[in-house]
Amino acid sequence: MHFEYQVYEADFVNAGAASSAIKKTLKQLNINPSIIKRVVVALYEAEVNAIAHAYGGTIYADIEPDKITVKIVDTGPGIPDIDWAMQEGNSTASPEVRDMGFGAGMGLPNIKKNVDKLNVSSTVGVGTTVEMEVNFI
Amino acid sequence: MKVQELVDKLGLKVLSGANGLNREIDGCYISDLLSDVMGNAMEGNIWITLQTHKNVMAVASLKELACVILVKDLVPNAETIEQSNDDGLPVLQTSLPTYEIAGLVYNLLH
Repeated sequence: MHFEYQVYEADFVNAGAASSAIKKTLKQLNINPSIIKRVVVALYEAEVNAIAHAYGGTIYADIEPDKITVKIVDTGPGIPDIDWAMQEGNSTASPEVRDMGFGAGMGLPNIKKNVDKLNVSSTVGVGTTVEMEVNFI
Repeated sequence: MKVQELVDKLGLKVLSGANGLNREIDGCYISDLLSDVMGNAMEGNIWITLQTHKNVMAVASLKELACVILVKDLVPNAETIEQSNDDGLPVLQTSLPTYEIAGLVYNLLH
């Protein structure tokens, strides 16, 4: 099953919509609830990242019998130092975004903790692609 | 314990999501950082916070929390209320600051 969702820059009102839709699908497929919880955490963080840091992007989700693969491709400023961004507490979020309770520097670490495979690639001035995989078994 | 019992015992105001007052409570998590809640709150938790925007409901709903308690008489925005009603996930309000309401919740759950 293949799904695509668009996310838009600073569209915080709709943050979580894609995560919610995929969660619903995984529930209907009777995937183990503890695995769904991990997918949801990772997906939500990736969704918020594209909204908070990029100029928008596309979420591609593929659900196979044994795993879910999600790719989030954004156009945006890119990440100059991915290792720095992966460390808990590091964030480039604006004061406005921080006031909302985002930008604590926990997004990428939260993703890493909850997926089986993660690849972040980025080109400064072009955008960032986050690919992640969670196994069902 | 059901959310309704929490409301009754602590005199909380039900602002929205009254259709979810029969949700079962299992523990509590306190944070104003959304990623912290996303990463660490558990299903069935009460969430005490001062955040009032709609993303609170997105996080609460995705994590299947029992309810949200807003401290210091803070008022959620219209989108938050709408989402709370749609999801049947109650948003409650107290005039107390976080420390005081946390103490009361702790005593009630332990």
